[in-house]
Amino acid sequence: MPMVKHSLKTPEAKRSKIVNNIKTKLTREDVLHVAKLSSLTLTDAEIKKFLPQLSRVVEYISQLSEVETQEVKPTSQTTGLVNIFREDQIKALNILPQDKALSGTDIIHNGLFKVPAILEGRINK
Amino acid sequence: MNLPLTIKDTQNALLEKKFKAVELVDSYLDQISKHNKEYNIFLTVTDEVAYSKAKEVDKLLAQFDKKVIENNPLFGVTAAYKDIFLTEGRRTSAGSKVLESYIPPYSATSVLRLEKAGAIPLGKLNCDAWAHGASGENSDFGPTLNPWNKEYVPGGSSSGPAASVASGMSLISLGSDTGGSTRQPANFCNLVGLKPTYGAIPRYGVIAMSSSLDTVGSLAHTVDDIEIMFDVLRGEDGFDAVVKNFNKAEIKTKFKLGIAKEYFIKGLDNEVEKMIDDVRKVYEKAGIEVVEISLPNTKYMVPVYYIIMPAEVSSNLGRFDGIRYGNDRNSFGEEAKRRIMLGSYVLSAGYYDAYYLKAMKVRSKIIEDFDKAFKEVDAIISPVSPTPPFKIGQNTSDPLKMYLEDVYTTSANLAGIPSLTLPSTFSKNKLPIGFQLMGSRFSEHNLFELGKLYHKEINYKPETAI
Repeated sequence: MPMVKHSLKTPEAKRSKIVNNIKTKLTREDVLHVAKLSSLTLTDAEIKKFLPQLSRVVEYISQLSEVETQEVKPTSQTTGLVNIFREDQIKALNILPQDKALSGTDIIHNGLFKVPAILEGRINK
Repeated sequence: MNLPLTIKDTQNALLEKKFKAVELVDSYLDQISKHNKEYNIFLTVTDEVAYSKAKEVDKLLAQFDKKVIENNPLFGVTAAYKDIFLTEGRRTSAGSKVLESYIPPYSATSVLRLEKAGAIPLGKLNCDAWAHGASGENSDFGPTLNPWNKEYVPGGSSSGPAASVASGMSLISLGSDTGGSTRQPANFCNLVGLKPTYGAIPRYGVIAMSSSLDTVGSLAHTVDDIEIMFDVLRGEDGFDAVVKNFNKAEIKTKFKLGIAKEYFIKGLDNEVEKMIDDVRKVYEKAGIEVVEISLPNTKYMVPVYYIIMPAEVSSNLGRFDGIRYGNDRNSFGEEAKRRIMLGSYVLSAGYYDAYYLKAMKVRSKIIEDFDKAFKEVDAIISPVSPTPPFKIGQNTSDPLKMYLEDVYTTSANLAGIPSLTLPSTFSKNKLPIGFQLMGSRFSEHNLFELGKLYHKEINYKPETAI
């Protein structure tokens, strides 16, 4: 299947807007935009499939706009615990030795992870 | 060998030398090799580890000492883990091609605690990839079939954990519950399942899905066994900072139960509705008052859940880049992609306030509803799923329809409260239907009491499907 090359700029004008808290329909540009934000590459077939599926879900979750929440504080966790600290001590049991930390890949160099270059112009110099 | 279906019966048989732990492992592995190909329950069978642990158990038994059980409450108990629990040196895939050959360098706290208590680990269990699903069909390694009827789903995302215990391939199993992923499959496979209070059991080493909702789930045939597991698993481990130590709640002598009027919605199956009414009658017959309560924000549970959960999923799955371990992001399956993108969407500039912030606020209202309810009643009786088990393939083309499966289960996760799923009856198609009991935070032991009482009243006997 052909991979779609995402352009770095998603045309803002073609993306859907929230008007009076009501979501307008999701567009192909929305899907491309969130795929880019998510570091996912989609095939044409996937875009075609995901657009109506995600659209329906977004439409469904948009019903929350009808709930009155002016005076309500948001909840991000339910424990009631605040600021759990521990001693700033290194315990051998709590850390992975280097060989174990590296055990998930063969692409290593001098005991370090080898990663793709993120800056251009320095490769092989 | 006729395999015992409770921890107590297993341990008594071992103590009475009816069989050795090694022979017990032979029997379970035999059941696995007979049926696993057909039902697709285990992704990895760890027979070497199982035999070495069984030999340890046999050694302990040989130096017969009554303290054996006291010190090892799970000794001789076969266990299997949903494949999102890291197991050092044993493959952990999360049901995803991204981690298809990943060997973790450390183990989850819950795995270590079960094995320290004497459990014998048989292997790793199939599940919806990354625990995303309500049917087991989102596994990148193929769906698991329901041992009660293989045309039906076993529920999800802990499909393997439920199917393994229901089919006699393991005595107990570990699942996870972020929005119903332990309770719904337990319900579809005629098992007891526990979603604990958020912060009761450490999640260290469990591949994270939605960190403000994730809990470690337990599955077994009886409430007694779930209670033993819970007491082994709970308490601080120094890794998961949301966990808190707590004392066993004082067991009440008089209970009052509630059923929310908002549960009786369009889409609730007749047989499930009748079962809830029967449950009410059983408790009333036992002298327990059951009253109608109101949870006014019930209809917003699924929309709130399908904003908060994907938001946290998109963040947690952001770490899988294929650099330090695993394959790259092209290996994600469809459902993981949908949830990651949905999460990125609700968190993205311009939409954050309308979706994510809004959902966190409605979450507060949902918690308020429960706080109010628990001032009036000790526990809430609720359906687990709106329907009995559905057929394989029935809901796969419409993700939203599958999401609505979670209508009764997500509330316990959003509110951080415990919920115990209990087997109750079978539908006219001979498929399991159960219910759940939700209680206030850290009230697990009272839920166990209510669960045991119910099972005593209906004369419940554990059984396996095949």
